[in-house]
Amino acid sequence: MSIIFDHVDYVYGGDTPLEVKALDDICLQIPDGQFVGIIGHTGSGKSTLVQHMNGLLKATSGHIYFNGEDIYDRDFPMKKLRSRVGLVFQYPEYQLFEVDVLSDVCFGPKNLGLDRKEAELKAFDALRKVGLPMELYYQSPFELSGGQKRRVAIAGVLAMEPEVLILDEPTAGLDPKGRDEILSQIRQLQRDTGITILLVSHSMEDVAEYVERIIVMNNGRVLYDDVPKKVFARYKDLEEIGLAAPQVTYILHELQRRGFPVDVSATTIEEAAETIRKAAAKC
Amino acid sequence: MLRDITLGQYYQTESLIHRLDPRVKLGGTLLYIISLFFFRNFWGYGVALVFLAMVVRLSHVPVKFMVKGMKSILFLLLITVVFNLFLIPGTELVSFWRLTITVEGLRTAVTMALRLTFLIIGSSVMTLTTTPNNLTDGMEKMMKPLKVFHVPVHEVAMIMSIALRFIPILMEETDKIMKAQIARGADFDSGSLIRRARALVPLLVPLFISAFRRANDLAMAMEARCYRGGEGRTKMKPLVYQKRDRMAYLCIAVYLAVSITAGRL
Amino acid sequence: MGIVRTDSITYEYIRRDEEGNVEGITTAVDRVSLDVEEGEFIAILGHNGSGKSTLAKHINAILHPTEGAVWVDGMDTSREEDLWDIRQTAGMVFQNPDNQIIGQVVEEDVGFGPENMGVPTREIWERVEESLKAVGMYEYRRHSPNKLSGGQKQRVSIAGVLAMHPKCIVLDEPTAMLDPRGRKEVIRAVRGLNQVEGITVILITHYMEEIIHADRVFVMDQGRIAMEGTPREIFSQVEKLKDLRLDVPQVTLLAYELQKRGVALPDGILTTEEFADALSRAAGGNTEGHGQGGRPSGKQ
Repeated sequence: MSIIFDHVDYVYGGDTPLEVKALDDICLQIPDGQFVGIIGHTGSGKSTLVQHMNGLLKATSGHIYFNGEDIYDRDFPMKKLRSRVGLVFQYPEYQLFEVDVLSDVCFGPKNLGLDRKEAELKAFDALRKVGLPMELYYQSPFELSGGQKRRVAIAGVLAMEPEVLILDEPTAGLDPKGRDEILSQIRQLQRDTGITILLVSHSMEDVAEYVERIIVMNNGRVLYDDVPKKVFARYKDLEEIGLAAPQVTYILHELQRRGFPVDVSATTIEEAAETIRKAAAKC
Repeated sequence: MLRDITLGQYYQTESLIHRLDPRVKLGGTLLYIISLFFFRNFWGYGVALVFLAMVVRLSHVPVKFMVKGMKSILFLLLITVVFNLFLIPGTELVSFWRLTITVEGLRTAVTMALRLTFLIIGSSVMTLTTTPNNLTDGMEKMMKPLKVFHVPVHEVAMIMSIALRFIPILMEETDKIMKAQIARGADFDSGSLIRRARALVPLLVPLFISAFRRANDLAMAMEARCYRGGEGRTKMKPLVYQKRDRMAYLCIAVYLAVSITAGRL
Repeated sequence: MGIVRTDSITYEYIRRDEEGNVEGITTAVDRVSLDVEEGEFIAILGHNGSGKSTLAKHINAILHPTEGAVWVDGMDTSREEDLWDIRQTAGMVFQNPDNQIIGQVVEEDVGFGPENMGVPTREIWERVEESLKAVGMYEYRRHSPNKLSGGQKQRVSIAGVLAMHPKCIVLDEPTAMLDPRGRKEVIRAVRGLNQVEGITVILITHYMEEIIHADRVFVMDQGRIAMEGTPREIFSQVEKLKDLRLDVPQVTLLAYELQKRGVALPDGILTTEEFADALSRAAGGNTEGHGQGGRPSGKQ
């Protein structure tokens, strides 16, 4: 099971002077169960890319395969694809509309044709997975805090039991604690269920700790696609396109420049502290 | 789909028409539209077409852009034409099955189509070449005499200006919410009419909530910037008639005289 | 007296259920006293719901304290007749860039404040020009705000406040909705206001890296001021910041972790440079072979 992009282009505003190539010859393979970070600044094409994965946008040219099937085949069940590839948009709390949390989360499963009872079971399960306290299930979603609303919105997609979960900037506008809570909840979810997760973000620092692979987008193209360590090693190139590696990377390179024998590929605080301690002791 | 509507959008460029006083453009558009209803023959429409073409050319707005705006009212145009074409009694021209096209019907259909097209393009030229702020300024000044009758002229103008500013933002938002609900399996375009209307709830509820939130934020931001109604306000771009505006009025007068004379030959 | 002073202010609001019955009283701001001197760069930190935005709205007289008083440039914000002078003295920039731009063209939006104040036309133009130049948005003056990036929109909002010639600008989480590039643009513009124009800045945020240049930092929690000091003093208390649901810049955190591992580094390191210098000194102190300036010879 996997998602494959085969030379995908996406152009909008075609035949006007405002024509924009939002995706430019994208070739990608996302195997099952991977935890991937998609990084790029605003307008780099990262949101456009993920909207292709569940068929919300249709490629101008190229093919996209889901589990080996071309999603643009006439008899491909597009509606089913949307339940298997769950997409959580940026600021997803703005799409809540029901009178209570549980009904809102039921919206997805009900659209899949499940009856009230089955839908509620899935909703309960999803709300539990995102760690929302039980006493909030029957409250109005509009009375929750920002972080709680976001969990409800994520549960709304999770309740459809997708095989791939895509989150577009899931931490935007949250405070540091709220951000860490959501991200570790997502990691837990990935460990427990083994689903594929794509995390779209403009912050390297946020995703560095969590993902096993980073895809860097720029001007509608895939610039780098590698494990975090290898991507951060290009920190100078990243800076040129308006992105930054985690601050740790800069510190380690500065130390190396000053002659400390540190391992510059460390990405987390823990790893960095270890290598610096060793290097400082050697001096 | 919604984005194709050019009515109410501003097209940024430099041109004589852009620089004209909004009152000239407002008044001119109004008179132009009225003139369309005076014509009894196609000569009048001919003159109207030539005048419109000249203005469009002077405005430096690509014709393609205007035609694109027409797409959104194509349906309305089609209905008008079809109704007029088949339902007006008179001298038979062609007849097939149960339908008859009459000379009068054809004539009215073509007239209506022309009027509608000119009307839309004419008012598009105005909105495309005038920033909404400028437009509402013009309206405010033109409607000033109504203040005597306690009409809140400034407030109405401000409401319009804000509405115009938020239309593109809310359209984008609609698009986003729609996509988000589709990603949750919502279906907006199939099923019976009632089903479809019900399917709009997950779209409209978030949209209204968001619009109210924005309104609340905006009110706060405006107050923080010392907004307190029209009283004691000065203008960054006060409206003062220039020579070109007087010339433009003259041109409009000439157009009216020529077109109505020609149209009533 | 300072430009902004709050005298033990408390702000409470009544929560109601759907039928309008009183459910309880929430204290959003709890006995906060601030005294901001003219020309200072103040940062107010806190997690969501800590009361920092509520506090900010008092300075612009959008909210009035339930108890205590707020003075802006010597004017009591509860005096109705000074309201517009207060708002002109202490301008405010909000979080969402889309919801505070009124004009359809950048320059018209910047002119909105001066228009409301009754500034003569010619002077409005001068103010608009200088304000847009101050935030580096002059070449965009004829653009529609809808076509700008988030960072650019926020800079237009700042110019809009600047054109009112305030003595103080309060920015309520101006970067919360921006990407890193936009965040940098806005913070650069804000620092410019403070250093070049000499305007008092009160920046409300939860991003730690934005407060490094502040003169003084207040950390809020549950409506109260939990910490107060220079950025360095604040950042040296890593554990306390974590308790208050706040982040610490990675460099500070790294120094803290190394301290725990027995490396002799000072508290409250704020930049990569400082870190490298301090480490050179620490390592140089343990062994011979390294110079005083902490610049090790690049051998090995």
